[in-house]
Amino acid sequence: MELFLQQVLAGLATGGIYACMALAVVMIYQAIDHLNFAQGEMAMFSTFISWQLIQWGAPYWLAFGATIVISFAAGIVIERVVLKPLHDAPVLSNVVAFIALLSILNSAAGFIWDFTIKNFPSPFGAGPLFQDGLISKHDAGMISITLLLLALLYLFFRHTRIGLAMRAAAANPESARLAGIRVGWMNALGWGMAAAVGSVAGMLIAPVVFLEPNMMISILLYGFAGAVVGGLTSPGGAVFGGFLVGIIENLAGTYIPVVGREMKLSIALCIIVAVLCVKPSGLFGRPVVTRV
Amino acid sequence: MHAPVAEKHLAPPQAQIGGIALSRWKLILLAAGFAVALAVPFVLKNFYIFQITLAIIYAIAILGLNLLTGFNGQFSLGHSAFYAIGAYTAAIMMDGFDVNYVLTLPAAALVCFVFGFLFGLPALRLEGIYLALATFALAIAIPQILKSTLVEHWTGGVQGISLIKPDAPFGLPLNSDQWLYLFTAIVAIVMYACAANLIRSRTGRALIAIRDHPVAASAMGINVALYKSLTFGVSALYTGVAGALGAIAIAFVAPDSFTFQLAIVLFVGLVVGGVTSIPGTILGGFFVLFVPNIAESFSKGLAGAVYGVILLLVIYLMPTGAAGLGRLMTARLAKPGR
Amino acid sequence: MSRLLEASELCAFYGATQVLFGLSLAIDEGGITTLLGANGAGKTTTLRSLSGMCRTHGSIRFDDKPINGRATEDIVRLGIAHVPQGRGTFSRQTVEENLQIGAMTRSRRGEIAADIDRVYGYFPRLKERRAQQAGTLSGGEQQMLAVGRAMMLRPRLMLLDEPSFGLAPLVVEELFGILRTLNATEKVSMLLVEQNAALALELADHAYLIETGRVVTQGPARALRDDDNIRRSYLGY
Repeated sequence: MELFLQQVLAGLATGGIYACMALAVVMIYQAIDHLNFAQGEMAMFSTFISWQLIQWGAPYWLAFGATIVISFAAGIVIERVVLKPLHDAPVLSNVVAFIALLSILNSAAGFIWDFTIKNFPSPFGAGPLFQDGLISKHDAGMISITLLLLALLYLFFRHTRIGLAMRAAAANPESARLAGIRVGWMNALGWGMAAAVGSVAGMLIAPVVFLEPNMMISILLYGFAGAVVGGLTSPGGAVFGGFLVGIIENLAGTYIPVVGREMKLSIALCIIVAVLCVKPSGLFGRPVVTRV
Repeated sequence: MHAPVAEKHLAPPQAQIGGIALSRWKLILLAAGFAVALAVPFVLKNFYIFQITLAIIYAIAILGLNLLTGFNGQFSLGHSAFYAIGAYTAAIMMDGFDVNYVLTLPAAALVCFVFGFLFGLPALRLEGIYLALATFALAIAIPQILKSTLVEHWTGGVQGISLIKPDAPFGLPLNSDQWLYLFTAIVAIVMYACAANLIRSRTGRALIAIRDHPVAASAMGINVALYKSLTFGVSALYTGVAGALGAIAIAFVAPDSFTFQLAIVLFVGLVVGGVTSIPGTILGGFFVLFVPNIAESFSKGLAGAVYGVILLLVIYLMPTGAAGLGRLMTARLAKPGR
Repeated sequence: MSRLLEASELCAFYGATQVLFGLSLAIDEGGITTLLGANGAGKTTTLRSLSGMCRTHGSIRFDDKPINGRATEDIVRLGIAHVPQGRGTFSRQTVEENLQIGAMTRSRRGEIAADIDRVYGYFPRLKERRAQQAGTLSGGEQQMLAVGRAMMLRPRLMLLDEPSFGLAPLVVEELFGILRTLNATEKVSMLLVEQNAALALELADHAYLIETGRVVTQGPARALRDDDNIRRSYLGY
């Protein structure tokens, strides 16, 4: 029982990472109706920027805030400059653009900061939260910030006019234009916000997995998995899904004998696929009702 | 006095470019393509022959993906899995059971068809993004399964399996690379012809109907579930055969050659060539093989960035792929005939 | 009466295909004008051209200001509301959210809330379903919601694209009655595209008949209704 609890808590800790990433994924999905494969690399690049600011002597929270602002602006620029020409292009072509972005960011980060692992500071300090060492201060801090972010985003999308405008622009761009909504700028705003949320995720994750250009690739995948399990239309579901994926991955690694460490990822993914087969729109997703 | 010209059949005038009918242009291009293809092994150096062989192999793999995504509308980001299965089927048969390499192709085809069909069954419930993710999961899982200690005995684990490159048969005066090129080309011609036939047939129309409007298709009596699963199977078959050819040509298989990065490569090749274009897949294959090398020659450290920029430029110029651009230009240049 | 909307020699294109060939029409403030014609005549294209949703040549003036070439979002802000073919419902949002989306260009909270109540006054069934996902509404209710959403703009001109499409006759009667009321009390001028010519001619003051992208005839609705030749040749009844 002790082992089970330990593994669940460990799973919650890693799940916190995935939940954060899942939130960023769902955010941008809500804003632009696509899954952004470059999300992980954008978060990674932002984290490097933050690291660089700290190297140049900036105090942690200043670097944290500046990075969020820079990432927000960069997200908007990427949408308006790189993606706008592809507005009328088919979905698959847009996905290729994301892949191109992924490649550019990954390569540029490696070029500028090289591939050696770097330490990234945690604002919560090192060491366990309580005496029994079940969960570290950083993990607790990470989970708290993720939940705080979730609450803020929920309030933004459900209770502000601009949040509604963004949802409308993503759901039905033509009708949104007919309501006077500037759809292009709503998309750009969505990208900016997703970039900002991604940067927070990156800065929270880096102290645990260490900073290097390839750090986000598998985490993005877990983030996707969490978002899908939770349901792409539900930010709360995505966060829940992220935690769930973390727990399942840990338990699978511990209790299924045949599975070694390499297979943890596959097991988690199999379970995701199984969930999808039973509930195709995710645990908390609202199935879209369309008239035939 | 000339005899009056006999009245031809009353078909509408064919579109022409430069006075030659479009259908004739297609034949001209096809013949030219054949001529070039035949010249390759005798004109180029071994290394380039090898590279072109690989490009053709990629093209076949992309054709498989095209059948599923382009013509049947089912997203797959996991075709690297079927490529890997085909490659390992060939490798295990050749290395462990001393089977002749030619026979590994139909075996890989069968194995991958079954896998594809079986995967297609649960995939029936998933749409769009969710299907993409499920297939992505498959792409991630396969290399890990291949590495695992469970099947190490057959798959060679992390180190993989080394094979011997086959020689030209019947004592033909060709070296290994030349022969493999011709072998691959012949297989490719057969497979492309079958694909073109399939698309033009009733089955092909059913696939396209399912892509465009599954409810209407089902209302017209098409067994949507059966066709979708079969398409998955056929698509996996094509990519699996490509994988087998790849294993034979490279003479080596290892789990890390078949990661999800390969799935992304195939996907990019599909879009660049032009979704729903069969000839486009050939361009796609050449693109994904050669352009990364070109990018690297520009700048070793920023190879990925250069590749990304090239990819973006290509997509801006040809948002519907090379085939889409081709159709556009044909429409611009073509005039109705007399 | 002043000319609210005037289109001259309007040509419209979808890509390389031309659909309108020099169409001219004029709408007076306060009235209901209907645009009739067979399938493929260019009725929907005309409305889309007015809203800036396709490529056009020629001149379109709203309130004597040129609007062709401007973006849809800007045209809407000038006071033209477009109820599109197929209703354009935001299926995943609730009925109330749909109406709020319609008011996105306005800023006064109190006025918006009052307008929402007014829309519910015209369409009580929408009020019953205010928290329901809009995609689950019936065709008739979604059409009402689309009109309601357009009303939230407080438009001077409303473009309606085949509002009777797919609706049962009783529902259409109810809807058209409400349109008549809206025109009279809210002073919203209307340009109505319809295939159901009989119904449209009963509602409208003025009518245009178009065929393959050109105006064939126009006049007071009553005149077209009473002209047997036109009815039989063009309107099919």
